[in-house]
Amino acid sequence: MKILVLVKQVPETDSLAIDPETGTVVRSEATSIVNPLDLYALEAALAIKDTRAEARITALSMGPPAAAVALKEAVAMGCDDAVLVTGREFAGADTWATARTLAAAIRRLGPFDLVFCGEKATDGDTGQVGPEVAAFLDLPVVTYAGAVELRDGPGGLVVRAERVSEDCGQIVECAAPLVLSFCKAVGEPRLPLLAGKKRAHDLAPRLLGLAELGLPAEEAGSRGSPTRVVRIASPRLTRETESLDARSEEGAEAACRRIVELLAEKGLVVPKDGAGREGRVKP
Amino acid sequence: MREVWILAETKAGRVAPVSFELLAWARSLGSPEEISVAAVLPGPAADPEELCLHGADLVYHAADPALDGLAAAPVALVFGSLFARRRPEVLLAAATTTGRTLLPYLAAREGLGLTADCTELELERETGVLLQTRPAAGGNIMATIKTTRGLPQAATVRPRSRKPLARDPGRPVRVEMVALPAGAAAAAARGPRLVEELPFAESKGLADAPLVVAGGRGFKKKEGFALLEGLASRLGAEIGASREAVDRGWIEYPHQVGLSGRTIAPDFYLAFGISGAIQHLAGMQTAGTIVAVNADPDAPIFALSDLAVRGDLFDLLPRLAAALEDYRPAARS
Repeated sequence: MKILVLVKQVPETDSLAIDPETGTVVRSEATSIVNPLDLYALEAALAIKDTRAEARITALSMGPPAAAVALKEAVAMGCDDAVLVTGREFAGADTWATARTLAAAIRRLGPFDLVFCGEKATDGDTGQVGPEVAAFLDLPVVTYAGAVELRDGPGGLVVRAERVSEDCGQIVECAAPLVLSFCKAVGEPRLPLLAGKKRAHDLAPRLLGLAELGLPAEEAGSRGSPTRVVRIASPRLTRETESLDARSEEGAEAACRRIVELLAEKGLVVPKDGAGREGRVKP
Repeated sequence: MREVWILAETKAGRVAPVSFELLAWARSLGSPEEISVAAVLPGPAADPEELCLHGADLVYHAADPALDGLAAAPVALVFGSLFARRRPEVLLAAATTTGRTLLPYLAAREGLGLTADCTELELERETGVLLQTRPAAGGNIMATIKTTRGLPQAATVRPRSRKPLARDPGRPVRVEMVALPAGAAAAAARGPRLVEELPFAESKGLADAPLVVAGGRGFKKKEGFALLEGLASRLGAEIGASREAVDRGWIEYPHQVGLSGRTIAPDFYLAFGISGAIQHLAGMQTAGTIVAVNADPDAPIFALSDLAVRGDLFDLLPRLAAALEDYRPAARS
């Protein structure tokens, strides 16, 4: 069985902070990490390998040469090999061009029984690449998946996944090959083991460029992207804030009255029947 | 006359309310003389006419039960068959788990640009270019995006970022039934298919809740977090949580608000003991009213709050419960 996991290197967002005065970002030392949601895709793949020793897991990324660090982490966690699609031509890709490129790489490396990715990347925050890759590969897609189970059906491998939608969980089934995007419901991702770290240290990811993918240059990177960012603006991140000090008893009581008043103003709570005007504001 | 289409969703066999928000978005792009609005409704639904009463001029209803909202390929084929007849200038879907699955799949198939999770849209009158604005870089910047080739210009828009138009029973109802195109039944049979729905034990729908009370690391331990649940039930609110609270096992993942959880925009967000890491703020900063309670006067969430209360949440929660004694949650639809 062959599993491919898409991995993206992203800036660490937790190390960022907002300057309360200006409302702008304080980028102290933004380091690069593996997209946190990709770790759930990796965990889901590795959990399959725990029970099916014959499974082979390939981690695939598109990015600058430095993105090899993210792939090394995937190998340290237990992936068998790593491939990096890299080259100037790929820079500035939107989700369409990214998915087009990744799908070409998956075709070139495959076939795979399962293609896994994270629900979205924390930098782009679109969640579009998974379903787009599926469309380019002409495969079914299950999004927002938690734990998966595999079963060998009469027609081949069947995946049973728990999907997290807005208002319920869904048990869904789909025959392989397919694409799955994973969310945090997978459970805690494993940490790299020493042996994995050693292997990762020695491993250089296989590099793929435009020529190897057989993609025309006008279909990759910013040239191949049907969307363009035309304007960047700073949102008004700060609001006009009313500040209350609730560290004294009177302060605390006043703060609670103010919260209730706001809730009532916005129509989220109403006075109980019988609670007259006097009941609204307690002395 | 420019055409704007929306992808309508269903919920329990009826048109999902988020579809009415999409119609309000579509109508906001121009006057009735300038644009016509059509809703594409895949799957069985008892009340397609509601889409017309909420702003659509026309509904394309592909009512085949094979279109269950889960399998993306057959929905893409339905759009493919409609596009063969005419292509609208703009296509909008909700940035829900459904819209964020179906629309990218369709966009890749049809070679369309797609912008995710927009919070502002503007149609340039002269050119017909759709300016698609969304929070980017963890909500620290607003990026405006244009589609440079291909029609329709496609975008998903954030749920609850616009109110539906009032239902107008006098509007004309036009529903055109759309047959399942060739290959769609086979595509649906490939799956995925729904085996079972598991209602969430505690959350009835954080994404749609008008009022969310949320807790973070300030609760110190799981037992502390139970206080928040008491307040939520008193207020008829849904519970949100920071990543720290979820990582510590105080509450389940569906409650997590932020970049690695849900992005929500309730009318009112009441946060206790959440300092406001960017990753959390990005998930709730468009809430209507934000009230934060925190012991740390420098908590970043205060900068985003309409009301910032510096104090001890363990002291304030019981007082707040007492202050709410004479109130009940407002009736909500």
